[in-house]
Amino acid sequence: MVTSDQILLVPLLPFLAFVINILAGRWLQHRAAWLSIAASSVACVIALPVCWAVFTGAHFANQGIWLMLDTVPLKFGYLMDPLSATLLFMVTIVGTLIQIYAAGYMHGDPRYSRFFAYVSLFMTAMLTLVISDNFVLFFMAWEIMGLCSYLLIGFYFEKASAANASLKAFLTTRVGDVGFLLGFLTLFAALGTLNFSEMNTLLAGAHKTHVALNTGLLVMAALFIFCGTIGKSAQFPLHVWLPDAMEGPTPVSALIHAATMVAAGVFLVARSFTLFMVVPNVLPVVIAIGTITAFMAAFIALTQNDIKRILAYSTISQLGYMVTAMGLSGLGAGTFHLITHAFFKALLFLGAGSVIHGAHVQDIREMGGLFKKMPQTAVTFIIAALALSGVPPLSGFWSKDEILLTAFGSGNFLVFSVLLLTAFMTAFYMFRLIFLTFFGSARNDQVHAHESPSLMTVPLWCLAIGSIVIGIPGSPLMHHWFQKFMAHMAHYPEYDPSSFVMTCSIAVAVLGITLAGVIYLKQKHWAAAVAKSFPTFYRFSFNKFYFDEFYSAYIVKPFLALSRRLFGFDETVIDGTVNNTGRATMFLSEIKNWIDKYIVDGAVNFMGTAVYFLNSITKRIQTGFIQNYLLIVFLSVLAFLVFELKLT
Amino acid sequence: MIVLPLSHILIFSLILFAIGVYGALVRRNIIGILISIELMLNAANINLIAFSKYTSLSPETGQIFAIFVIAIAATAAAVGLAIVLALYRVRKTVYTDEVNLLKW
Amino acid sequence: MPILEMAAKFGTYAVMAVVLIFALGVVTLRNLFHCALCLAAALIGIAALYVVLQAEYLAAIQILLYVGAVVTLVIFAIMLTEHIAEKTIRQNNSQSLLAIAGLLGFVTLLTGLILKTPWPVTLTALKAKVSVMGLGKALMGTYVFPFEIISIILIAALIGTVIIAKKDDPQ
Repeated sequence: MVTSDQILLVPLLPFLAFVINILAGRWLQHRAAWLSIAASSVACVIALPVCWAVFTGAHFANQGIWLMLDTVPLKFGYLMDPLSATLLFMVTIVGTLIQIYAAGYMHGDPRYSRFFAYVSLFMTAMLTLVISDNFVLFFMAWEIMGLCSYLLIGFYFEKASAANASLKAFLTTRVGDVGFLLGFLTLFAALGTLNFSEMNTLLAGAHKTHVALNTGLLVMAALFIFCGTIGKSAQFPLHVWLPDAMEGPTPVSALIHAATMVAAGVFLVARSFTLFMVVPNVLPVVIAIGTITAFMAAFIALTQNDIKRILAYSTISQLGYMVTAMGLSGLGAGTFHLITHAFFKALLFLGAGSVIHGAHVQDIREMGGLFKKMPQTAVTFIIAALALSGVPPLSGFWSKDEILLTAFGSGNFLVFSVLLLTAFMTAFYMFRLIFLTFFGSARNDQVHAHESPSLMTVPLWCLAIGSIVIGIPGSPLMHHWFQKFMAHMAHYPEYDPSSFVMTCSIAVAVLGITLAGVIYLKQKHWAAAVAKSFPTFYRFSFNKFYFDEFYSAYIVKPFLALSRRLFGFDETVIDGTVNNTGRATMFLSEIKNWIDKYIVDGAVNFMGTAVYFLNSITKRIQTGFIQNYLLIVFLSVLAFLVFELKLT
Repeated sequence: MIVLPLSHILIFSLILFAIGVYGALVRRNIIGILISIELMLNAANINLIAFSKYTSLSPETGQIFAIFVIAIAATAAAVGLAIVLALYRVRKTVYTDEVNLLKW
Repeated sequence: MPILEMAAKFGTYAVMAVVLIFALGVVTLRNLFHCALCLAAALIGIAALYVVLQAEYLAAIQILLYVGAVVTLVIFAIMLTEHIAEKTIRQNNSQSLLAIAGLLGFVTLLTGLILKTPWPVTLTALKAKVSVMGLGKALMGTYVFPFEIISIILIAALIGTVIIAKKDDPQ
């Protein structure tokens, strides 16, 4: 592979699909899906060879001048290093499979083509994000992904809950995005460049030669950039949007809110890894937030009843794992878990979508015994759940084990134990979900479930195979090839595999599954009994730690009050100014009218009156009396004699 | 034989003329005005005769002129009196200050 | 003879004074009939003056025409238009003062002028005598044109007078 510029086609093809679907969607109708899928698969086909080349040790980058700012050129380009190659591989495959599933799931929807247009736009943005080589292009793609998320969550915008959820998602991630923007601007102030390669060189060089860097600015930059991750990857405290984002169609939840977009936050931290390495004081913050998120989300998931909500909280919890891994300087571990999580979480969401499509209910208390009626969905779902719970030899086990190993090996025993407890809870709630949904007897007779069409089940099987095998590159079976591969990116500590950690994680997973089986298949009354004996815990778990209520009361309400104030100001002052200008103009015109009536017309009338007045004096000469005229003639002659002839 | 200096006759005719003008300006009765006009014309006649007698190279001129003047005066009086009669018939008055239709 | 001359002068002056008095009577008397009579008297006086000025023919014409025809005409008109019974009506109008003032000025002015001017009194003019035959010759000779015009004027006046003074027939 000599050139790799064809990588530019990878985001461009979905963009073309977006444009065509938006403009000609109504004419295309159900063919819109095929256009999007075709664009996506061709992009996949183009991307995979390049990725393979990078996997075998190549490195590609190219730049073009976007515009000239005076004499400094602004350059945009692509960068294919191990991190972007890995992500590109995952995004193209998972994206294509989910779009094939969505073609079957969204069948019959009146806005079919628009859905695929938005999904294509999202693919464009995600692919641009993955291959971009500087923060500005990264941020632009980040924002477009936020827009697509808003559009897709609010796809069923007739429902008030969907419209509100999309707005909530957009605004909450916006808070994080502002932090991200400030972060990379601060970074620019500190380093003078926004290009990833240049940044890495600068920071790595300084790390080795201890050249003085503006550490204060860099700490600020790292913290602000991490804000972007908190927002986009639904970390504590900005996690509140992800559960409500489940209002969107299930393929959307799978693609955006499980596999790709929420992973972009973790990808950001991975990209800025050298920065975080230079300011180690920031890392405890990262670890703390990640761990709190992981534990809290798992705790909430224990008591939820909506199938998609449980999966949403599971996503939040796993993202917490990845962020913790990044904070523990485990770039390889975090990225590995990101890849494996994408596969099995996407599978879980698609399976849930299949269940919902078949049974037409979302509450797991209404389901039961679906195994016989939807065998393919059930089997793939169980495979994914086993992967998530960390049961070997599935992929999830290897990646989760890496993270636990990093925690244990770096000496953070508190973090290690919390993560272990979270793994136990993860296994528990996932299998609670499975036992309530697929096993036992049907709890609601109205539910008549049926298996989904093959257009939906084939992607399920593909993802299931992926969930099984994708963990192998990072496992001892391939001698931890993946971790070594990622080590080309940056220098970070590696730990020897510990059988203690492995034993702990397997034990915790098995324990969780067994306990779930016991409670939800045999002794069903235990669940209620536990809920009664720990009422406070149950309430906190069930009500999501009252986060939404807190935000609503202390952030949203004051903001709305302020906006009402400003609106009042706008109405009275600004509109008042406009109205008063109008009134002033009317007043001035009244004055002008007065002037016109009395002064101008008065002058004209005065002329007439003056003439009339003079006339009233002069007309008396015409008396009609002849002798007066005669007298005047006589006197005039006399005067003539006196004056002209000079007789006096 | 003429015994008077010319200037005396001229002054006499001037005074007569002035009296005639006074009458024309002052009298209210139209016929009175006409009579005054006769006086004025006579004064002019005296002037003519006096000059023709004292200074003229052809003495008939003055007299012929005077004859013409008398003829004209008679004509004027006749026409004027006809107008007075017509006015009297319409307006039933012969006083000038009652006939001022052309007043403003 | 000097006495004759003096008597002639005195007589001329007396006639002039009488004429002036009668003229004043014409313009000031309240009764219009009296005015007409004063006019007749003044005109006769003027005729006498003509005789003094050796214009006898003119004197005759004056009495014939003026006193005989014009004054008669005036008296006719007075008769036709006047209520002789009314005696208390004012004869002067409102501008008598102004007229008197103006006239006094006029008379003064011209008197001064007359007295100052050196009139070219020639002896030949004084000695000349005019005969009626001479007058007739002049009238038909040198002055025939005005003579014809006068005749036209007379005809026009005649016709005009008749028309103006005619009563309107209610036809």
